[in-house]
Amino acid sequence: MVAVILFFAVGILLGHALRHRSKIIALADSLTMWTIYLLLFVLGLSVGVNRQILQHIGSLGFQAAVLAAAAIVGSVLASQLVRLALERPVDEE
Amino acid sequence: MKNSLIVLGWFGAGILVGRLSLLPEIPTLSNAALYVVYLLVLLVGVGIGGDAKSWQALKATNIKIVLIPLSIIVGTLAGVGLVSFLLPTIGLRDSLAVGAGFGYYSLSSVLISQARGETLGVVALLSNLIREIATLLLAPLLVSLFGKLAPIACGGATAMDSTLPVIIKSAGKEYAMVSLFSGIVISIAVPILITLILTA
Repeated sequence: MVAVILFFAVGILLGHALRHRSKIIALADSLTMWTIYLLLFVLGLSVGVNRQILQHIGSLGFQAAVLAAAAIVGSVLASQLVRLALERPVDEE
Repeated sequence: MKNSLIVLGWFGAGILVGRLSLLPEIPTLSNAALYVVYLLVLLVGVGIGGDAKSWQALKATNIKIVLIPLSIIVGTLAGVGLVSFLLPTIGLRDSLAVGAGFGYYSLSSVLISQARGETLGVVALLSNLIREIATLLLAPLLVSLFGKLAPIACGGATAMDSTLPVIIKSAGKEYAMVSLFSGIVISIAVPILITLILTA
């Protein structure tokens, strides 16, 4: 799995080096979409044959929603702290 | 949004084909697909590195603005970490990994399926999709309740692309650069944090 970070870093450097070759970047972008389509199709396949997942989809969906709500509340509250921190120097001027 | 629907269409088609057992042998995300996952993160990297807008946004910002994506990352992980103790079947580490998708549901679900299996992959897909949709729907409300950084926080990684239009519409054009910057930093954090959380 750590190889993921390595491939990602190589990709960013490669993209930066090629940033003025807009055709290559555009090709990479459409290739990205098709890779995502392929991988999500495969993920769908393994979900489709896995009765466990479909049987528990209610519980999984509920937990996913709870996690999403917690993520939103946590990030919005944290951004409030930053807003207060960033606004203070402006107020003092 | 159109893109999200196409992505979901492929996922749904996969479920259907799998359910109806239309294929003699079902490929799974565990073996050959690993190399496709490597290819995907490489390509996502090329897309971010090659995006002229990204570098402009990174250059145009002062150091204080880094606090915004940083706080969104910390706040998200704190939120999902705390709530994980209330969940029946998803533990702390898995909750952190799902949260570390920051709305980037395609990449996070694929990475998490690869590392932890399809069940958590589906949770990552749903949870991060909900985060994106919630941002699209709630952006104006969030601005009026919590100010103009709130929809950017809610959007997470998606603040650079899919939710950027609603963020600009509700928070104003002057927040476009902040939103772009925050979304880029968080998008870069997604594969790194998911990998670290699931392997550390």
